[in-house]
Amino acid sequence: MSLRIIVLAKQVPDTRNVGKDAMKADGTVNRAALPAIFNPEDLNALEQALRLKDKYPGSTITLLTMGPSRAADVIREGLFRGADNGYLLTDRAFAGADTLATSYALSKAIEKIGDFDLIVCGRQAIDGDTDQVGPQVAEKLNIPQVTYAEDILGAANGLIKIKRRLERGVEVVEGAMPLVVTVNGSAPACRPRNARLIQKYKHAKTVTERQADDTDYTELFSARPYLNLPEWSVADVSADVVQCGLSGSPTKVKKIENVVFQAKEHRSVEPTDDDINGLMKELIENHTIG
Amino acid sequence: MANFYTDNLSIKHHLHHPLMKRIVALRERNFADKDEFDYAPFDYEDAMDSYEKVLEIVGEICGDIVAPNAEGVDHEGPRVENGRVIYAAGTKENLDATVKAGLMGINMPRRYNGLNFPVVPYIMAADMVSRADAGFENLWGLQDCAETLYEFGSEEQRQKYIPRVCAGETMSMDLTEPDAGSDLQSVMLKASFCEKDNCWYLNGVKRFITNGDADIHLVLARSEEGTKDGRGLSMFIYDKQNGGVDVRRIENKMGIKGSPTCELVFKNAKAELCGDRKLGLIKYVMALMNGARLGIMAQAVGLSEAAYREGESYAKERRQFGKAIIEFPAVYEMLAVMRAKADASRAMLYETARFVDIYKALDDISKERKLTPEERAEQKAFGRLADAYTPLGKAMTTEYANQNAYDAVQIHGGSGFMKDYACERIYRDARITNIYEGTTQLQVVAAIRHVTTGTYLSQMKAYAEIAVKPELESIKKRLVALTAIYEQTVAKVIETKDNEYIDFQARRMVEMAGHIIMSFLLLQDTSRNEVFRRSTEVYLNYAEAEIAKMKIFIDNFQQEDLGFYKFEK
Repeated sequence: MSLRIIVLAKQVPDTRNVGKDAMKADGTVNRAALPAIFNPEDLNALEQALRLKDKYPGSTITLLTMGPSRAADVIREGLFRGADNGYLLTDRAFAGADTLATSYALSKAIEKIGDFDLIVCGRQAIDGDTDQVGPQVAEKLNIPQVTYAEDILGAANGLIKIKRRLERGVEVVEGAMPLVVTVNGSAPACRPRNARLIQKYKHAKTVTERQADDTDYTELFSARPYLNLPEWSVADVSADVVQCGLSGSPTKVKKIENVVFQAKEHRSVEPTDDDINGLMKELIENHTIG
Repeated sequence: MANFYTDNLSIKHHLHHPLMKRIVALRERNFADKDEFDYAPFDYEDAMDSYEKVLEIVGEICGDIVAPNAEGVDHEGPRVENGRVIYAAGTKENLDATVKAGLMGINMPRRYNGLNFPVVPYIMAADMVSRADAGFENLWGLQDCAETLYEFGSEEQRQKYIPRVCAGETMSMDLTEPDAGSDLQSVMLKASFCEKDNCWYLNGVKRFITNGDADIHLVLARSEEGTKDGRGLSMFIYDKQNGGVDVRRIENKMGIKGSPTCELVFKNAKAELCGDRKLGLIKYVMALMNGARLGIMAQAVGLSEAAYREGESYAKERRQFGKAIIEFPAVYEMLAVMRAKADASRAMLYETARFVDIYKALDDISKERKLTPEERAEQKAFGRLADAYTPLGKAMTTEYANQNAYDAVQIHGGSGFMKDYACERIYRDARITNIYEGTTQLQVVAAIRHVTTGTYLSQMKAYAEIAVKPELESIKKRLVALTAIYEQTVAKVIETKDNEYIDFQARRMVEMAGHIIMSFLLLQDTSRNEVFRRSTEVYLNYAEAEIAKMKIFIDNFQQEDLGFYKFEK
C-alpha cells in the first residue's frame, strides 16, 4: 500500500523569542524583525507524513504552502527532509487572507493537485494561533477531519488509525480516507534535514527566485526538472479572486495589544501539611491542576 | 536552538583553507560523479557549499539534540542484557538523528551510498559532535572503520558492508585483549579456517572494545597457528547477523560513559578474512589506528572548545568581590590561554587532516590509474607529513584537552567539583583522550623519528617562507628564533647517539616541535583572519616560555644524571 499525502505548511515569523521590536506602533506584527521559520506544528505534521512514507514505501509527500516568494523556503525545507515535491501558492491577490480565505485558496490548490489519501497539517500556526485552517480545509473539500493528532498509527483498507491528544488523556480513532489530520505539538519532533537531500535539492528554486538572482546553473533546471519549484497564482488554481485575500476575509482585527504578564497578587502558604493539602484541593477544584 | 557550526566561525575558517581546492579536485576526480548522482557537486564552489550545508545540519543536531542529551547519557549510560548492549535513551536519540540526517559513511564513495566528503569536513563534524558529547563521538566516529573496509576489503565486501554502514549500522574495531593492550603483537584470539564450511571461525576474548555490540566488527585475530608476533595476525570481518559474539560485561569508566566499552566472548563466530593473511597488524591496523588517531584529535579539539566555553560563560556570570570573576587577571589569563590552546589545537587538527586528505585521495586514485611522477611525489610527501603530524597532533591536542578541562573546573571553583556543571563531565571525558589509540608516551615514540630525521624542522623552515602581512613579521621573526633554538637543542641531544638518552629527552623535543609548528599555523590563520591574532600572541608567549624551560632542562642535563631517574627492576 502507498499513500498520497499532502502536507500543508506555513512560513511564520518566529514569535517564540520576541524582542521589543516584535510589534509595530500600529499594533501589527513587525515581520522584518522576526526570522521567518517553518511553522513548528507543521514540522510535527511533516514528520507524521515522513513516518507514513517510511512505513509504506512508494508513498508520496507533496508540500503546499501559501505566501510570498520567500515562502519557497518552506518547500525546500520539506524536500531536505524527505518530501517529494511542493507547490507555492503566491499571488498578490492572496495577500491579507484570514483563515477563511486561506482555506479557500488551499482547497482550490488541493483540487488542482488532484487525488490524495491524506492531508496533514499542524494544529495551528504560531502567528495567528487560530487552529482554524486545517478544519476549514476539510469542510471546503467536504471530507472528514481528525484534530490534535499525536501519532498516525497506520492505514489499512481505506481507514487510518490516529492517536489524538485530549485535554486529559489520549484516544485512538479511526477515519475513512481521504481525510484531514491536524497534528499537535506534542507529536514527535521532525527529523533533521538529510545530508544527501540537501545536496540534491539545494538548487531548487521558483521561477521568481531564479529571475531575482543570477544563478550559475541555468542548464541544471532543464536537466533536473525537480529543481523547478512550481508557483501557482489565483488563476492557476481556478480560484474566485473575490474569495481570496483581503476581499475574501470577513475577519477584521479590531485591536492588537502587547500584553506583558505580571504577578499581581500573591498569597502565602505555610509549609504545613494542612495548608498544602488545602491549597492542593483548591487548585484541583478550580482545575488549575489535575 | 543552538548550532555548533554557525556559532563557531573557526570551523568555517579552516574549511576555506587554500589547500581545499586541491583536496576537492582530487576527491571529486574533477567532478566526475555529477552526471551519475543527483547529489554530487558540479564544481569547487558547489562542493564547498555542500560541505557547509551539511556541516550546518551537523551543527544543528549537535546543538539541539546531542549536547542537551549529554548529561542524561552520562548518568544513565549503557547496560548489558542477555549478552547485548542497550544504549542510554539519549544515545539512541542521537544515533537516530544522525542516521536520519544521512551522516553515516560521510567519507565513503557515492557508489556505496556515501557522501564522498573529504577527511576535512568529516573531521569538522567530529569536532562538533565531540564538543556536544565526547562519548557520543566514539560511537558516531566508528564509521571510520568503513574506511579500512574500503581500503583493504574485496569489492564484494565493500558492496556488502559499506552501504549498510551508510544506512546507519554501527561498527567496532576489536583489537585489545586482556594481555594485548599497547602491545598488539600479543593478540591471541584464534582464527581457524574450516575447510568443510569454507569459512573462518573466531574463538577467544577481546577486552576494552568500544561499541563492542556493533553490527559490523573488524577483528584482529591470530590466523597462523604457532606464531607469536604481529606477523601471525590477520584482519577479519564479523557480521553480528551471523551470531557467535556475546558481550560479557561493560566497563564502569571514569568518563565517556555513554560509550559502551565491552568485554567480548567469541565462540565459533563465523568471520570473513579482510585483505591478505598476516597483514592484519602490520598493515591494516596501522592504517586504522592512524585514522582513529585523527578522530581522537578531533575529540580533543571538541573537548577543548567545550571546556573553554564552559569556563568563559561561568567566568562572565559569576560575581565575587563585586565584579564578574572574568575581570580578574588570574582568571582572564587562564581563559586566554585556554582559547589559545583550543585554537592552536584546531589549527593542528586541520593541517593534519589536509595532509591525510591529499595522500589518501592519491592512494585511492592510484588504484584506478597510474599516477604521474608529480602525483607520486605529492603522495609521498603528504603521506610523510600525515605520518609526522598525526602522532605530534594527537600528543599535543589531547594534553591540551586535559589542561583546558582542568582549568575549566578551576574557574568554576567549588561549583566545578560538583555534578551540577558540565565542566566536571568534560574533565572526566577528556582524561581518556591522551590514553587510548596510543598514549601520549607512545605518540612521542612515533613522533621522535620525525624530530631526528628533520621532518618537523623542514616544515618549520617551509612555514617561515610563507609570506605574512607586514604587521605580523615580528611574530614570524620570533618563530624563526624559536626554530633555531629547537634545531640546536635537538642536535645536541642527537649527537650523543645514545638511544636511551634520546628517548629520555624525546618528549621535550617533540613538544618543542609542537609549540613551534602550532604557532606557525596560528600565524597563518591570523594572516587570513585577524580574529586569530589574539590566540597567536597568547600562544606564542606561552610557547616561548615552554621552549625556554625545556631548553634549560636539556642544556643543564648531564647524561650520567639519568641514573637518578631510573628504578631497579
